Amino acid sequence: MTLMKTLLGAGAALALSAAGALAEPGLIIDLGGKFDKSFNESAYNGAQRWVEETGGDYLETELQSEAQREQNLRKMAERGANPIIVMGFANQSTLEKIAPDYPDTKFAIIDSVVDQPNVKSMLFSEQEGSYLVGVVAAMTTETDTVGFVGGMDVPLIRRFACGYAEGVKATNPDAKIISNMTGTTPTAWNDPVKGGELAKSQVSQGADVIYAAAGGTGVGVLQAAADEGVYSIGVDSNQNYLHPGSVLTSMVKRVDNAVYKLFSEGVEGFEPGLEVLDLESEGVGYAVDEHNEALITDEIKAAVEEAKAGIISGEIVPHDYYTDDSCPTLTF
Amino acid sequence: MAGTVTETQAGRPAESAAPAIELRGISKAFGPVQANKDISIRVMPGTIHGIIGENGAGKSTLMSILYGFYKADAGEIFINGEKTEIPDSQAAISAGIGMVFQHFKLVQNFSVLENVILGAEDGALLKPSKAKAREALKRLAAEYELQVDPDALIEEIGVGMQQRVEILKALYRQADILILDEPTGVLTPAEADHLFRILEGLKAQGKTIILITHKLREIMDVTDTVSVMRRGEMTATVQTSETDAEHLAELMVGRKVLLRVDKKPAAPGDTVLEIENLKVVDEDGVERLRGIDLHVRAGEILGIAGVAGNGQSEVLEVLGGITAAKGTVRINGQEIDLSGKSSDGQSRRARSIAHVPEDRQSLGLIMDFHAWENMIFGYHHDPAYQKNALLMDNAGIRAETQAKMERFDVRPPNPDLTARSFSGGNQQKIVCAREIERNPDLLLVGQPTRGVDIGAIEFIHNQIVGLRDQGKAVLLVSVELEEIMSLADRIAVMFDGRVMGERLPSETDERELGLLMAGITDTEAEHSVDEVAANLAKTQGKVG
Amino acid sequence: MNKLPKWVDVALIPFINLLLALIVSGLVILYIGESPFEAISIMVRGAVGSTYGWGYTLYYATNFIFTGLAVAVAFQARMFNIGGEGQAAIGSLGVALVCLAVPWPHWLIALPAAVIAGAIFGAAWAAIPAYLQAKRGSHIVITTIMFNFIASALLVYLLVNVMKPVGTMAPETGRFPPGTFLPDAYDMAGWVGLRFSRSAPLNITFFIAILCCVLVYLLIWRTRLGYQIRAFGQSESAAVYAGISPVRITMITMLISGGLAGLMGINAVMGEAERLVIDPVQGAGFVGIAVALMGRSHPAGVFLAGLLFGMLYQGGGELEFDIPAISREMILVIQALVILFTGAFDNMIRMPLERLFNRPGRGGGSPAKPMPPGEGTTHKPAVSEPEKS
Repeated sequence: MTLMKTLLGAGAALALSAAGALAEPGLIIDLGGKFDKSFNESAYNGAQRWVEETGGDYLETELQSEAQREQNLRKMAERGANPIIVMGFANQSTLEKIAPDYPDTKFAIIDSVVDQPNVKSMLFSEQEGSYLVGVVAAMTTETDTVGFVGGMDVPLIRRFACGYAEGVKATNPDAKIISNMTGTTPTAWNDPVKGGELAKSQVSQGADVIYAAAGGTGVGVLQAAADEGVYSIGVDSNQNYLHPGSVLTSMVKRVDNAVYKLFSEGVEGFEPGLEVLDLESEGVGYAVDEHNEALITDEIKAAVEEAKAGIISGEIVPHDYYTDDSCPTLTF
Repeated sequence: MAGTVTETQAGRPAESAAPAIELRGISKAFGPVQANKDISIRVMPGTIHGIIGENGAGKSTLMSILYGFYKADAGEIFINGEKTEIPDSQAAISAGIGMVFQHFKLVQNFSVLENVILGAEDGALLKPSKAKAREALKRLAAEYELQVDPDALIEEIGVGMQQRVEILKALYRQADILILDEPTGVLTPAEADHLFRILEGLKAQGKTIILITHKLREIMDVTDTVSVMRRGEMTATVQTSETDAEHLAELMVGRKVLLRVDKKPAAPGDTVLEIENLKVVDEDGVERLRGIDLHVRAGEILGIAGVAGNGQSEVLEVLGGITAAKGTVRINGQEIDLSGKSSDGQSRRARSIAHVPEDRQSLGLIMDFHAWENMIFGYHHDPAYQKNALLMDNAGIRAETQAKMERFDVRPPNPDLTARSFSGGNQQKIVCAREIERNPDLLLVGQPTRGVDIGAIEFIHNQIVGLRDQGKAVLLVSVELEEIMSLADRIAVMFDGRVMGERLPSETDERELGLLMAGITDTEAEHSVDEVAANLAKTQGKVG
Repeated sequence: MNKLPKWVDVALIPFINLLLALIVSGLVILYIGESPFEAISIMVRGAVGSTYGWGYTLYYATNFIFTGLAVAVAFQARMFNIGGEGQAAIGSLGVALVCLAVPWPHWLIALPAAVIAGAIFGAAWAAIPAYLQAKRGSHIVITTIMFNFIASALLVYLLVNVMKPVGTMAPETGRFPPGTFLPDAYDMAGWVGLRFSRSAPLNITFFIAILCCVLVYLLIWRTRLGYQIRAFGQSESAAVYAGISPVRITMITMLISGGLAGLMGINAVMGEAERLVIDPVQGAGFVGIAVALMGRSHPAGVFLAGLLFGMLYQGGGELEFDIPAISREMILVIQALVILFTGAFDNMIRMPLERLFNRPGRGGGSPAKPMPPGEGTTHKPAVSEPEKS
């Protein structure tokens, strides 16, 4: 049936390749590009890990604009890629519309929930990871002022900001948190210049640790922090290596693990529904490596590990912005 | 041409031996159209040689070939007996040819001196060139009566002066042969006379002059020999002293031409148009009309004479609904709105005013529209042209256009050609057909025969007179005194936005009108012609 | 002056232009180490090799026809409407508002309402630059470009702050109700018993675009208004002479132009996305300029050029997908080459062809006499007797 429909729909030439590539997974890199050193790159790295380990092939395409979402997703499905991973909440409505057209194709969406029988939704507990880097920030700051630069002003990013603020306040109740969003449209994910400007402005207001949760924009934030001689915190991927000595740590969101897992499980192991990747399942965390170990003192490390244990055990519950669309410790 | 020319290699031959210019078998085609067909001509040194022909006869093409703008398809050019290739204008200049174009090629905000040296500078620094040019200008001015102020800006001097600058430019570049293309088109009679004196002076100094014109009078006045062109061919070359205007006109047109309008005396009726205290101020705040009073009666042609730019155009534009004005205008006793809403052209037509504008190419016609589209231009709101409520009756308009074109002898009578593809005379006939066939109470006509060939002039004049004879009023504006004299039943002369006076053609002459055109009323008519010219140049610099 | 046979003008020259553009594109593809023949074959197959390809090609073509017509109509009045992008965006907004505001029972009722809304919104967006041009002389090119930015900012504001449903993160409206879903190619093919790809976004709007081509043709060449628009475009001074109001014509023409651009929203928003996203136009407004240019501002030409650009877009997308070495930018280069050759280099082809077709012995020239420069403008009559002063 699938083959029949594909034949009719896409024509003989395409159908041949579709048949040959029937079990190839597909990945649609979102706006910002696969080398954004953050969200997309994390996914790309997961796919590459899968390629290296299994020698398999997968279909990949990069979005260049908002309106390509539908065509690119359809194209993937028409080519017979399965399962197909789309990155980011912006694909939610597109996937809701398209998934029913391809009932035999499995889809996975990261950072958003699509309730369809052939869609798997993967959420990360960003507030938990952000809480941990908030603790690090609060213990590092000497000015009692920390900054947050978000990408696009959406609940997801507020969730990052709120978790961060919770961690900061829990560690240092006197600390001040300056929060800025880069924009209200998807271009905010890829505007390093503006990110840098926001970071500089926060530095001039006294911030000496700045957490960037802004995709490709964050690169500019980290650069500005390094230029200004203050600390920064990376996001999604481990960004410690970008400016060793300046990047305090990174709130890693293991999108790479998620992609790797989905690719490995393939169609057979695919389970539709919602999966939340949290601190406990190591879906989120903070990164310590050779680039930042000098910055993370034993004292900090102990505090963070304590918080981590507390969250996993349920003693500490960082506020989740999704639950009530508000944040007790931070106003936007 | 029978005589063969001995080609001498060493230097220039004796002046009497070789012609200054000899063209042999020049042909040039633009696409399928043969602009010049096997043209041969000899111009002897130290003479003024006229080339005359209707529009499109190929005069300008021939001169453009000589000046290196076009490359001839066939034929040879000899300068002073030497075979010369002229691939571009630089080559023409170094061959000693200078050209004064119909439309001057001067930089408006440069001084006379700067314009003269433009393109002929000696080096990167201007100062030495300027000093040299200043000396040269002084010398040339003395030799040829070509006085100009070297430091005046072009935009501040009159057209006559500008023309002198063009001539100076050519002379400064050592031109021995001077080509003038329609040089009197922009000049007043007095200025033209002055130009001809300059040309005589140049001739006396041994320069060779080619004068391109289609004004028979100029040919008869100043040339030694004249060549006639018709449809790309050289039909005759004759000694001017051995011919007359009628004969030349016949050679140009290819048939006998009546040079005088044959009309009955006017029988004026009721007043159709009354103008009282009409004033126009332009965008720059300059007063173009300073309160004029005129009236035209049915069955009468009122001619407005004047040098271009003295307000005649504004009179037409106000009446045609193009320009806003203050004052009172009544048509058949009813006042019309002069406030100048942009769509007033429609209301004027509704009041039975038809308008043959002065500039048919930028006002009267859409050059890239077909003849049938142009034939309803301005009258496109007429319900007769609609097939139904939405669509126009294109087929019907075509048919009507065809009929009008035939009645007005438009050649070719093909409604599907664009206006651009007709000759000037035929374009004008299309405009006249459109406006006159509407049988208006008042016909406004501006420069009806500008750029129109002799054959068509005769026809258009007859149509205007014909409308008058049907008892309609005609307001005629022309800068051609002869045209005014022969067409108008009454003549008003305008100068500087005012009516200087009205005359009857039978009771005046060109001299009196010329003085009025220069702003000099009868009482002060004892001025020399030169002063008049100077006066004119000044005002033209201001208004034109 | 020199005229070419019509078939050369409308068919041969564009074809040669296209061929040249493809040859140069091929060289560029060769340079980056890919096979141009494979690339071309992927493009062609991707664009027209399946009903899926056709579906996308014609979907894009529909967008380009609307924006191309918008530019073409304005250009008949010699106004360069660069604002198709913004007018289409605001038109899309109008379409979305209509689709969301009323619980439409059936698309047959929703469609006319959306058409009216899209046209009015697009026209309104063009009206402001038109008014500034007509009354204040602000250059329409500048103002329409500016209005593209304003439109985009306005759309962002509305989507982020007003129209975004509660609980969603993406700046887009909720999905339109099913009563507004237009029949797509799959449905329409089904009516006549044919099979068409279910995935292609081609929808009934395509026929609206064709209808608009016909209407624009009738408007421009068969109605009095079109006559006035063309006259005004050819010569403003002559239009004033004929009593055609420049203000009125500027306004009306731009309203029509903006309305046509706004109709693009029907296709992109109502037909395809079924919701309003942040940039529904996707550069089609600018492609429309190239389409109008290539189509010589004639509806038939716009239709064909729109089709061509639809193929380039769809084929280019497939190419990008299939040969990763050919990036999005390469596709743009190919599209730009087509524009360059068909628009800017047109005369390069035209002149030699004119020479070829106007060789002596070949007919087809205009019967006009030549008008060498200078002749025929300010000549004066020579009615006079010889008179010596």
